[in-house]
Amino acid sequence: MLTQEQAADIFDRIRRFSSADEVEAIFTGSRFALTRFANNTIHQNVEEENSIVSIRTNFAGRTARATTNQFDDESLRRAVTASEKLARVQVADPDLLPMPTADEAKAAGEGARATRFFEGTAAIAPADRAEVVKSVVSVAAKHKLTTAGICSNSESREGIFNSRGLAKWHHQTLAEISVTMLAENSSGWQKSNSPDVRKLDAARLAETAAQKAVESAHPREIAPGKYTVILEPSAALDIVGFMFWDYSGVAILDQRSFLNDRIGTKLFGENINIWDDAAHPLQAGSPFDGEGMRRQRVQLVENGVVKRVVYARATARKMKNSEYAAKVGPIEPTGHGFPLPNEMGEMPMNIVFEVPEQVFGGTENPRSVEQMIASTERGVLVTRLWYIREVDPYEKIVTGMTRDGTFLIENGKVQCGVRNFRLNQSLISMLSNVEAMSVPVRACGEESFDMVVPAMKVREFNFTEATKF
Amino acid sequence: MKNAAHLVLDAASVGGVSYADARAVSIRNRSLTTKNGRVGHASESESLGIGVRVIADGAWGFAASADLSRSAVEAAAVRAVEVARASARVKRENVRLAPEPAAVAEWTTPYKVDPFTTSVEQNLDLLLKVDAEMRAVGGVTLAETGMNFLREESWFLSSEGSDIHQTKYSTGAGYTAYAFAGSEIQKRSYPNSFGGQWQNRGYELIDEMKLVENARRVAEEAVALHQAEQCPEGTATIILDGSQLGLQIHESIGHPIELDRVLGMEANFAGTSFLTLEKLGHLRYGSELVNVVADARQEHGPGLGTFAYDDEGVAAQLTPIITKGRFTGYLSSRETAHTIGAERSGGTLRAEGWNRLPMIRMTNVSILPGEKPLSLEQLIAATDDGIYMETNKSWSIDDKRYNFQFGCEIAWEIKHGKRVRMLKNPSYSGITTEFWNSMDAICSRDEWAIWGTPNCGKGQPQQVVGTGHGASPARFRNVRVGSAYS
Repeated sequence: MLTQEQAADIFDRIRRFSSADEVEAIFTGSRFALTRFANNTIHQNVEEENSIVSIRTNFAGRTARATTNQFDDESLRRAVTASEKLARVQVADPDLLPMPTADEAKAAGEGARATRFFEGTAAIAPADRAEVVKSVVSVAAKHKLTTAGICSNSESREGIFNSRGLAKWHHQTLAEISVTMLAENSSGWQKSNSPDVRKLDAARLAETAAQKAVESAHPREIAPGKYTVILEPSAALDIVGFMFWDYSGVAILDQRSFLNDRIGTKLFGENINIWDDAAHPLQAGSPFDGEGMRRQRVQLVENGVVKRVVYARATARKMKNSEYAAKVGPIEPTGHGFPLPNEMGEMPMNIVFEVPEQVFGGTENPRSVEQMIASTERGVLVTRLWYIREVDPYEKIVTGMTRDGTFLIENGKVQCGVRNFRLNQSLISMLSNVEAMSVPVRACGEESFDMVVPAMKVREFNFTEATKF
Repeated sequence: MKNAAHLVLDAASVGGVSYADARAVSIRNRSLTTKNGRVGHASESESLGIGVRVIADGAWGFAASADLSRSAVEAAAVRAVEVARASARVKRENVRLAPEPAAVAEWTTPYKVDPFTTSVEQNLDLLLKVDAEMRAVGGVTLAETGMNFLREESWFLSSEGSDIHQTKYSTGAGYTAYAFAGSEIQKRSYPNSFGGQWQNRGYELIDEMKLVENARRVAEEAVALHQAEQCPEGTATIILDGSQLGLQIHESIGHPIELDRVLGMEANFAGTSFLTLEKLGHLRYGSELVNVVADARQEHGPGLGTFAYDDEGVAAQLTPIITKGRFTGYLSSRETAHTIGAERSGGTLRAEGWNRLPMIRMTNVSILPGEKPLSLEQLIAATDDGIYMETNKSWSIDDKRYNFQFGCEIAWEIKHGKRVRMLKNPSYSGITTEFWNSMDAICSRDEWAIWGTPNCGKGQPQQVVGTGHGASPARFRNVRVGSAYS
């Protein structure tokens, strides 16, 4: 895998091959391994290593990108030529800025951050992953269940260099375990990931998934309708993740955001506070954006009021000169841009829901899912959501299904499993109806990016149909 | 590239390895977009590498390398064997491959114009003309266009003697007009949403799509939707256009017939299937008019699932999936064929690239057109009371592929055989088998087209591949509509 020194050498060669006004190179590389199991057997097991350089050239307002995974001179020359050819034929874009300098890319208060690289995660071998799977299978066997899932580890590097002197590098690891337990007519699921494999507990995940499969056996069909629901953290992140594309300056300028004409208004409940914070100790990922700008900590929602959106450099400048400038809160580059050129601009992808410790206490303010269940007279506990898609972009209605452990709660106890529901739910009304939140945790799902998010107890959650299982 | 594949196979030929194959792949892509009169995204990419798949000690291993040097590809082979031996620590039985004759072949997607020979200026000029047409319509607040070309050249070699060289081309383009007003965002897309129309063809596809000619109408419809009535909630007769029916096939037929899903191999991510093995040959999937095939052969047409050989060297085939409404076939591979008593794989294994393990994917899963001549306008004229829906806006289905809900961009109410008014925010939902059994009319060959779904995701790590779906407009009775907004 490429080192920072090798990348710097490649960038020097790219600069020599280019006649552009400015040149940028983004390097991404990883060594990735994933062991997949189903029917209590490892059935797929893969390893790969790849590195990519993506070259952007600028000619006075015209820019384009070309990518290759080969680093010989001929391949690099071809990529540089392709990028320049794509750029030269364009009409100049007055909004395109010069590439940032190293000074500009720094953020105020920038300091050392805890490492996200762990040797123990990088060193996991195929035999180690097989042992993890064996332990999960043994839990399945103990409960007379069938299991399926993954155990993976990766080591990745990400770097950006530009001809104005910017040079940034990030190195991290990630380990992930996902477990499904299947019974005759029910299932349970758990998933967790971390840069540090020592934070993962495969046996606990397997036991929890197994318990859900056993307890949801022979699910009852109950009528769809509006229920109090408890969304476990993975379910909460998968559904709320669908709104964060809209917390973007470009989305406002394009008038495709549900926040158009709503920034500064109280859109959600008083208890909703949302940050984007790449440096949060439970977050992962690189500290810089697609132009190399330092990712800043930004409060998006304060006590239910949408305070602001995030900005790439060019978007901030454009917004300042737009008709919306007075209506969108603070406007400044926040280090959330995608690699240029792109249509989407920027997006917050290190979301942290803030739930102050002092709010917990008593039955009204449970700190755990168990306490939430105990305080619920009648409701539905949701382990996982699936196939969520946007139905209405401005009311932010999304549809989707529950999956792998959906339970009826009555009188403070889980009573039985229920058949899975289809939801059609506005995220605006959902986040206005959050009765309680647990302690936020690092969570991962399948539909949205990883977040620091609590379990949520939500009233009047809208289930419109039930399926056959 | 081919030499690298030979080196890998040699290096993988060690004790305990009963099978090995190597896929060396070179991928080239051009991607262009515009937004509101400017270039949004302009990029080209190349990716080269090799993947090696082995069965050692009766279990699978796979490793991939972008480095094609002798030492790197030999190391990849060694890693694949090591990975397979680790897999064997948690196995119940040895992998069984259905027999397949070794193939030596060359094949290239038929095309008239290699899209990579067209100039970027020409591509952008067309997209910007479309953009200008859309933005000429008052009320359009955002205009987006896109065009993509893909060329994938692969060399497949196996320890059984196969040696297959294929070059596949895909081309796609489309656009969307958005209109934001009041408290509503409406949009219209052409020729389809989420990337437009895609086929395994050359630039001639772009020339045939009449992109500029349709741009103003599409933009006008986006604006007009703001004045349209909301799609009612209740039960209705619906007619779906071909592109929406293609996606309906994809989600409620294409995915549930994947045999790996049926066997539980996708249970942790993509899900399983209601189509358990005992249903083969017995289940009444749809009405007598429902005839569906999975057909990867060139003669089916230029779908994104058209090829000569799949990614484990099995020749392209036609598999009857639903015959006169009865469920008759799954999508299978060499590893899974024996579970349905088949002597040979159905030839559906495909990988996203050199660094991914091939898995069962839809080829071209298509509904056959009606035999009696029937145009869309004739079908509408023959409908007393219904809703005609066009172009997908949202799609969702449960993890066994039973309960689905689709939203479309636009609809028209039909009364006494005529479109009487436009409806906004149309949606419909149902249970897969109930829905297909309610189909009582399908348009004939003149209305039939192969639609491309370029973004089908499956597997862990997730792989995105393109699939094809031939469809013509069809009518369904007693369908629940409008529940997305209930």
